[in-house]
Amino acid sequence: MNIKARFEIIRSAFQLSVDVAIPSSGVTALLGPSGCGKTSLLRAIAGLDRHPKGRLSINGTVWQDAGSFVAPHLRRLGFVFQQASLFPHLTVQNNLNYGARRRRKKTGYQAHDVIDLLGIGHLLKRRPSTLSGGEQQRVAIARALHAQPDLLLLDEPLAALDRERKQDVIPYLETLHQSLSIPVVYVSHSLDEVARLADHVVLFDGNHIQSCQSVERVFTRLDLPLAAHDDAESIIEGTIRRFDQVDGLTEIEFANNCSFWVVGDRGHPGTKVRLRIAARDVSLTLKRPEATSILNCFEAKVDAIDAQHGKPQVTVRLLVGDRPLLSRITRKSSKALDLVPGMSLYVQVKTAAVA
Amino acid sequence: MTLSSADFTALALTAQLAGLTTLVLLLVGTPLAWWLARSTQRWKVLIEAVVALPLVLPPTVIGFYLLIAFAPDGFVGQALNSLGLAPLVFTFAGLVVGSVIFSMPFVVQPLQNAFAAIGEQTLEAAATLGASPLDRFFSIAVPLAWPGYLTAAVLGFAHTVGEFGLVLMIGGNIPGETQTASISIYEHVESLQYGQAHALAATLLLFSVLVLIPVYALNRHVRMAGR
Repeated sequence: MNIKARFEIIRSAFQLSVDVAIPSSGVTALLGPSGCGKTSLLRAIAGLDRHPKGRLSINGTVWQDAGSFVAPHLRRLGFVFQQASLFPHLTVQNNLNYGARRRRKKTGYQAHDVIDLLGIGHLLKRRPSTLSGGEQQRVAIARALHAQPDLLLLDEPLAALDRERKQDVIPYLETLHQSLSIPVVYVSHSLDEVARLADHVVLFDGNHIQSCQSVERVFTRLDLPLAAHDDAESIIEGTIRRFDQVDGLTEIEFANNCSFWVVGDRGHPGTKVRLRIAARDVSLTLKRPEATSILNCFEAKVDAIDAQHGKPQVTVRLLVGDRPLLSRITRKSSKALDLVPGMSLYVQVKTAAVA
Repeated sequence: MTLSSADFTALALTAQLAGLTTLVLLLVGTPLAWWLARSTQRWKVLIEAVVALPLVLPPTVIGFYLLIAFAPDGFVGQALNSLGLAPLVFTFAGLVVGSVIFSMPFVVQPLQNAFAAIGEQTLEAAATLGASPLDRFFSIAVPLAWPGYLTAAVLGFAHTVGEFGLVLMIGGNIPGETQTASISIYEHVESLQYGQAHALAATLLLFSVLVLIPVYALNRHVRMAGR
């Protein structure tokens, strides 16, 4: 059960052949530079643009193929645009009701769930023009969810907001990510948003589109551009085990008997969290380090090395258990350690951000 | 300088004509303005130009062609005759049809501008929330375009009240049937009844001012609120 989309998208600026399968749960990011066709694909899925050559099915229901095209208002989906596009003549409450009234009831989110989830309870009586950009976007997301969609499409919902306003919305999106049961397709050109919010990634790389993969894999594949980035990072999902009150550290387990220690109380035991580890914060050593100030030290295996011709640094892909981890070290160190794929060594991680 | 009963008849007839014309124009103008605002077809400029013709043509030119068409041997007259209907020339119904054509741009253009100002994305958002095209039109487009409707209604009404040449050409001067206030004023002046002419003229002047002030005040208010 998933979303299968195949389109020939022809625009004056570009031509794009898409053939992707998107999982029916979790957040799937369409990631790529501006103007590469991500939004066009999202609009095609919503039926807002009609491309003569296309086939689209959602969990077996055909929305478009050679002979049929389901009009957008008959597709059970939610769409959030870059601009909130709230109805200016209606209050926030009536904006929320607009979609809910037009769709047959279905057991799912209750109105107050959605309102709480997005923290807009105090705004219900206001007019859209009196809200800040971040508040408007939260109402737009709530409005889409309130209509009980089977699929939520987000088109760069943060791109029109400034830095501060983005911080007004991101925490709510993270909460949604954990509590939504429907699939979400999220268009973004921001690695940071994708690292925080996505489970799967469809990478738009020029005119080429990679198939859908887990975010952990896409970020650490040496044959994809993300790993060669200066700010390359690895994403590791883990579970909070305990908070050590004496030292003020939280233990996050991510593989068998492998735990990260991060500073501060990061939540209740059992909570799933996402660690983001910058490749340049990961150093390598051949012997188990002793007497080091670095807490997070794991046994690992070298999976692959990207020589990055002409640069003084190389990127090493490691496996800690079965979790991929990137390390950025100097070419000189790489030679000194005589790194080759398959060899075992130890990694030391200086810091990890909890997303 | 008081209004005679004939003057009151002329004023009532004018109000009837303008009211009916405005109603017809709002009904006909809405789909036309919507299409003009949303269509990307190239030949829509042709329709736009035709709608705008009364802005530039002398009323007598339109009146002249309508007179020919409405006459019993004109193409409209013949068509009506074959349906067993009376010709339109020198009748109130004929004046309504003529006024609808003559005041068309004053209704269609404000509506078209109001519809064009509604962002495409607002309507797309409504579509993704389950609203059909007709539903989107009535639940989003019409409420958002209401200042345009007010302007259109007032301009359409006022412009019909003010027409003269066209009425003279196709309506003649039949009291209670086609003699509107502006025709009455002309007649009073022709027969040197300046006092009567004054009374009617002042009534129309006052009416026009009273009607236009709120419209422009509202437009200003809407523009400010839109910021």
